[in-house]
Amino acid sequence: MGKLYKFLKYFFITFWAVFVVAPFLWALTTSFKDFNSVNGGATYIPWVDFEPKLEGWRVLIKSPANGGVDIIEPYFNSLFVTCTASLISIVLGTLSAYALSRFTFKAGFVKNNDITFFFISQRIMPPIVLSIPFFLFLGAINLLDSLIGLIVVYIVLLMPIAVWIMVDFFNKVPREIDETALIDGCNPYQAFFKVVLPNSIPGLIVAGMFCIIFGWIDFFFAFILTFTEVQLLPVKIVALNSSITPWWSLSASALVSVAPLIIVAFIVERYLSKGNLSGAIK
Amino acid sequence: MNFKQKYVFLFPGLFVLIGILIFPIIFVVRLSLSGWNSYNGLNFIGLENYIRLFTDDPRFWESFFRLSFLSVTTVILQYVIGFALAHLVWKDIKFQRFFRVLFLIPMMTTPVIMTVIWRTFFHESLGPVNDILSNFGMSPKWLTDPVLAKVTVIIVEVWQWTPFMFLLLLAGLLSLPKEPFLAAAIDGASPVRKFLYVTFPLMAPISIGAIIIRLIEASKIMDTVYVLTSGGPGTSTETSSFYIFIKGLREFQMGYAASMSFTYLIIMIISLTVIAKVLTKLMLKD
Repeated sequence: MGKLYKFLKYFFITFWAVFVVAPFLWALTTSFKDFNSVNGGATYIPWVDFEPKLEGWRVLIKSPANGGVDIIEPYFNSLFVTCTASLISIVLGTLSAYALSRFTFKAGFVKNNDITFFFISQRIMPPIVLSIPFFLFLGAINLLDSLIGLIVVYIVLLMPIAVWIMVDFFNKVPREIDETALIDGCNPYQAFFKVVLPNSIPGLIVAGMFCIIFGWIDFFFAFILTFTEVQLLPVKIVALNSSITPWWSLSASALVSVAPLIIVAFIVERYLSKGNLSGAIK
Repeated sequence: MNFKQKYVFLFPGLFVLIGILIFPIIFVVRLSLSGWNSYNGLNFIGLENYIRLFTDDPRFWESFFRLSFLSVTTVILQYVIGFALAHLVWKDIKFQRFFRVLFLIPMMTTPVIMTVIWRTFFHESLGPVNDILSNFGMSPKWLTDPVLAKVTVIIVEVWQWTPFMFLLLLAGLLSLPKEPFLAAAIDGASPVRKFLYVTFPLMAPISIGAIIIRLIEASKIMDTVYVLTSGGPGTSTETSSFYIFIKGLREFQMGYAASMSFTYLIIMIISLTVIAKVLTKLMLKD
């Protein structure tokens, strides 16, 4: 039992690790290939199977006029939209989450839980349902194909995540903290900003990371609501996929696009191992 | 606690969300009762779109069943694999932190961008998968065979989102109380029994939460399909969202697309509620 179990355990883990790494390795090797080494069938090992070339990486910094792929502008667009929408969602979401966690609301049959559910249930909404009216509305107010239009839409995507994580987090922050602050003469705003918020940094970081992940990886809204003026990274890469076939520049740009968020995996793991995440995600 | 200031905390977020959403939702309902063309805009046609949808459009229902099949299959696979992985790196293991980080990475990568890579990975003549399989005399058509295309979509979805399940379940495992495990150890329970009678029941509420969250997200499968197969071959990987997208934003039958998306939304809400209820009953029966 013991030995077999151990063997199976490591076998499964290794198998999955290889599966996780495979597409990255494939993209990495492909990014150093040229026409012959791609179109002659699959090749794997540089210098042995094929002669590595830097062409795939060079086109990243070339201007489009010289045959470059021009992903720098989409990169900053994506970064700007994701960060702005995340920031707005976190600020508004945290305030609402605090209110829902600490105070009692009642309006007819609507209570705290219903309001929380209203926030979170926005994740159930299939993007396609909203995309058609947003397409027409943003068109009507001239915000189609603009960064502001996308930020507005992304707030709908991200605020539910912020509220969901922060309500759970505030529920775990002892109420005595705010009560003591109030007895000491703070008003509710001071109690929140000076006492509760500094104690909620881990929750804020986790919520922030999830907002950034889900903002950064969105393709659908960017795809439908922008055309030529503004391009986000995922849309750009998919456009590359259909317009040009050079796998080397495609692979290089794909790798550059997914790289920044891999750092987030390290941060998430840190919080996970410290046990901070178990409270934040439930 | 109760203060007047509580509204100052709640309202900005609530009203921003309602403000952004309310008109689109009302508009979808209104649009679904209308014909649409670019010359004279909306014209009210009553329930005609819905009658067409329910009596004369098998393609929508096929895409819906395909979506249900794809999302349920992927979520089950993600749950089983995610639980296994989380359980394996929960307790002491060599390179624990390395594996934890590694297993989280796919969910941090943009699905469509990775799908572009997967397309080259599964390429029928130039990709590594068929290169390896050709040694055994096989060359499956990963993207152009109706059945295999579904398998490919499932593989890509499982790769992409198992980490999310893994994350939720590992966070759950790490938050479990220690006492039940001590008691089981004192009773000399075997690892299998310990899993079946201690770990699994304790994890039931977290499992249900994780499965529901993933089902919600999986029910939106669309961009992977768009990039990987464009719904093809034929319509064999077309999901509801993708079909609505084609009708609404490619063929510009806005009114009809709105009626489909409203129906789709209602079905999603009902079925997810039912699934949540059933799962809660099944997993918490004792």
